[in-house]
Amino acid sequence: MNDIGSLVVRLLDETTKTSVGLFAPELVLSGTIVLMLALRVLPGLSRIPTQWIALLGAFASFGLTLCQFDRLISGEIHPTSFFTGMLMFDQFATFFRMFLSLFLILTITLTVLTGIPDRDDAPDFYTLLIGSTIGMMIMASANHLLMVFMGVEMTSVPSYAMVGFLKGRKKSSEAALKYVVYGAGAAGVMLYGISLLAGLTGTGSMPEMAQRLGMIVSQNAGIGDATIRTMLLASMMVLVGLAFKLSIFPFHFWCPDAFEGASAEVAGFLSVASKAGAFALLVRFGLSFTGSSAAVSEVAFSLGIGLGVLAAATATFGNLSAYGQTNIKRMLAYSTIAHAGYMLMAVSALFVLAHGKYVGVDTLGETRRCIEGLIYYLFVYLFMNLGAFAIVALIRNQIFSEEIEDYNGLATQCPLLCFGMLLCVFSLVGLPPMGGFWAKLVIFSAVFKATSVHWVMWGVLGAGAINTVFSLFYYIRILKAMYIKPRPMGARSVRYELFPVGVFVLMLCLPVLGLGILPQGFTDKFHNIADALLTQIGR
Amino acid sequence: MSPEALMSWIIFTPTLFAFGLIFFDKKAEESMRNWSLFGTIVTFLQTVLLACSFSASDAGIQHMVKVPWIENWHINYQIGFDGISLPLVLLTSFVSMLSMLASWSIKKQVKGYMVLFLLLETGMLGVFLSLDFFLFYVFWEVMLLPMYFLIGIWGGPRREYAAIKFFLYTLAGSVLMLIAILMFYFGSAPEGQIGSFDLMQLTAMAEKGDAFSPGLQVAAFILLFIGFAIKVPSFPFHTWLPDAHVEAPTPISMILAGVLLKMGGYGIIRVAFPLCPYGAQYAAYVLVAIGVTSIIYGGFAALAQTDFKRLVAYSSVSHMGYVLLGIAVWKITETSGAAVGRDYWLMGMNGAMFQMLAHGISSPAMFFMVGVIYDRVHHRDINQFGGLANLMPLYSGLAAGIFFAGLGLPGMCGFIGEVFVVLSTWNYSKTLAIVAASGVIITAGYILWCLQRVYLGPEYKGPHLDEIQANPLTTRETFIGATFLALCIFFGVFPNYVFDMTGKSMEKLVQGLDTGYQNTQKLTGGVQTTQTTQTQN
Repeated sequence: MNDIGSLVVRLLDETTKTSVGLFAPELVLSGTIVLMLALRVLPGLSRIPTQWIALLGAFASFGLTLCQFDRLISGEIHPTSFFTGMLMFDQFATFFRMFLSLFLILTITLTVLTGIPDRDDAPDFYTLLIGSTIGMMIMASANHLLMVFMGVEMTSVPSYAMVGFLKGRKKSSEAALKYVVYGAGAAGVMLYGISLLAGLTGTGSMPEMAQRLGMIVSQNAGIGDATIRTMLLASMMVLVGLAFKLSIFPFHFWCPDAFEGASAEVAGFLSVASKAGAFALLVRFGLSFTGSSAAVSEVAFSLGIGLGVLAAATATFGNLSAYGQTNIKRMLAYSTIAHAGYMLMAVSALFVLAHGKYVGVDTLGETRRCIEGLIYYLFVYLFMNLGAFAIVALIRNQIFSEEIEDYNGLATQCPLLCFGMLLCVFSLVGLPPMGGFWAKLVIFSAVFKATSVHWVMWGVLGAGAINTVFSLFYYIRILKAMYIKPRPMGARSVRYELFPVGVFVLMLCLPVLGLGILPQGFTDKFHNIADALLTQIGR
Repeated sequence: MSPEALMSWIIFTPTLFAFGLIFFDKKAEESMRNWSLFGTIVTFLQTVLLACSFSASDAGIQHMVKVPWIENWHINYQIGFDGISLPLVLLTSFVSMLSMLASWSIKKQVKGYMVLFLLLETGMLGVFLSLDFFLFYVFWEVMLLPMYFLIGIWGGPRREYAAIKFFLYTLAGSVLMLIAILMFYFGSAPEGQIGSFDLMQLTAMAEKGDAFSPGLQVAAFILLFIGFAIKVPSFPFHTWLPDAHVEAPTPISMILAGVLLKMGGYGIIRVAFPLCPYGAQYAAYVLVAIGVTSIIYGGFAALAQTDFKRLVAYSSVSHMGYVLLGIAVWKITETSGAAVGRDYWLMGMNGAMFQMLAHGISSPAMFFMVGVIYDRVHHRDINQFGGLANLMPLYSGLAAGIFFAGLGLPGMCGFIGEVFVVLSTWNYSKTLAIVAASGVIITAGYILWCLQRVYLGPEYKGPHLDEIQANPLTTRETFIGATFLALCIFFGVFPNYVFDMTGKSMEKLVQGLDTGYQNTQKLTGGVQTTQTTQTQN
């Protein structure tokens, strides 16, 4: 009795003194949801515009994560796990939570400008949007297999609803249904994988996994060993779940349909945010295999090679499919797939370099370049991809079309929007002086480093290089329509005000340029984050 | 102003003028043209000022500026010039100025055109002045973006196709270059330390011979060479050029021929050879063969054209072949690896450099001459010309002079480069020298035949005769043509002005390459090791 009592006291203590404080950004967002829903019910208060409350909540969450991040860097608070080891609080996680809050702010601003959820639907829409963001933040800080699943599901379920949010449109509903069915399947497989892993190791805590695996797998076990096989199968199943979220080939089928059916705002949100969450999770999951026995290393190493092949296939597939598209959202959906491929190259290099010891090269120190590159890529991707989708949404509001050929000659009518698109597109291709180039360079250099461990990575690097050239082919079609083709007679004209629309577009697109010309400050920061993550796992 | 600061001003003056254009009213086309022309003139005068601070007796890089840009990657804003880059900088600002003067024929979206034109100039000058591999790459790509739009928006009927083809070819080349950059970056430092993008430092390391293994040098050289050969363009990477030239508006064709093609040659001289002397020597025979093929192939292709502009475009392929040939005539003795007849090779290098400049003057001039007549008769079919000499005597006189310079008539600029290159080829391989020399005959063939069909004959029978009669050559056009012709003659008579400038730097380069190869061979055992290294990799 006494034991249970002290346990409860300890639990209460931990929860109130540390956990709740560290979890504050998510709690604020949850509070915002409750507030939005409550206001609708209360008479008289329903007139308060919901989007401002949502925006306020997002700002509060961003501010809180920013404070936490600052204090982590200055050493006032130390990285720790909280909620009895369920979640992790460190620079890496906090950066991603900050990133997601920032992204939430930008997305809400965009929806305010385009007015996509109308007054009646606004509370529902923002509830889904914020709910999904909380899920992603949990994914970024998950420290336990249970939370991995919780995070993924909490992200997915609201996104299904958001994809189908344009009620009454057949395409939208179809897209949502497809997304649900795929999502449910992938989640099932992932859950199975998680239960296998947990059953194998007797724990769900990711930091303990490596050690436990090292214990149960005999030193010289090969691929024929039953435990190894189970472990390989289990990790592959978990990866399937994440690959679905990342729209990695061959789990990408939902992506083009969902993006085409969803409104551009939602598509922009899904393409960036769910990637950020899933990649953060993937990095953490991958690192949880390090420092174990040689046999486990071997498995992780081969997983890395497999991911490299998948990454090359994803980038190639995405780019080739995008080539034939006429709808810009569908094209951008395939481009999203391709970009997931580039980013996955960094993760694959991470797996390979982290376990380079297995083939006799100690390249663990080089893994920070992979993490640095991945974060930089995501950061640039936020601006360039959301920028592209925002411009698509803004133009759609005026010409009621998302076909590329309806963009013909727009440059003469809305030079600012077209210039923004130009910056985003060249950044997506990866041309200097845009940020996309620097991001790609860091990732390519990580992959290049991995070539010294295994020759397959040469193929991955080559695929990355060739895909950069491929991708130019279709991206340039957007610019060709905007700048080179003449505006047909009688086409709807596009008007927009410099404030706030023009300013918002510049706010998204100028960082794309800035991140390419002056990458110094951010590479430094991201380098430190990667460093902190690696020291923290004790290596 | 110190030369150090002047260099940055040179690079960014066009950009500043491009920004200035934003404040012009859309309809004030004439003043926008004047403003942009003023910008290019200021840039040109600045480069002349820079040339005044050049000391010809100093072989190394002069007035180097090195400011940290991205510190934790050791990337610097590093610029400087020597006898190799300075002539090309001068050429760039000069050709830009004259092409801007030729841009009065652009009537559509003048503002956008001028902005892109000036940004293009920044990119080109940046490429020639930067000494950091990363910076070099950035400028190399920056130049691509305006070029795409300049061809794509203001070009001829098939402009979209030509623009994307140009873009794809060059991007493919530069992606290969990027991989080579990574090779050198990681190869230049031991494991765990930060590498270098400093071209001068990498060159010095390659000269010492122990930093880059033969396998790496060969692989990197192939990547770099393809990247630069696309730009030169050498057979078989030349197919973008005729399309781009034909579709581009006249001033852009002038820039393409006068400056952009030189970037390929400059890249080979400045980057590909010094960074991988072993790889360059390994591939020397192939390079010479490619050069000779380009000369002959380009000549025959030009002979077959009926489109006036396409003919000039193929003549560029042929003329740029001499550049590659002159650079690559590097013969060694197998045992020691020392160069045989190094002075001949140096002569070839100097000839290649001169050929770049000569072609940089004669080729834009030829394109301009084609543009002048195209503006009047709106077609370029050689078979529909004839008799222009009677109608436009001044124009025909200037054109004939310029075409003779392209032909390589003694006393004009085209002659010197070709002679130097062919003479040095004799030392390398007598057969190839004979083949290359016979290229001169083909050149004479297509140029004389072209002159005959276009300018000679009793009367003009093609369309738009009235426009020729109504618009004689304007003062602006006469000025451009006469300036080009004067320079063609000047450099033909006084080639020493160029050789004085480039001589020392070229000598240092050749010497460095020679020692670089010998050291690499000495330290690693040469070819045999190459194979084992490759298998290890």
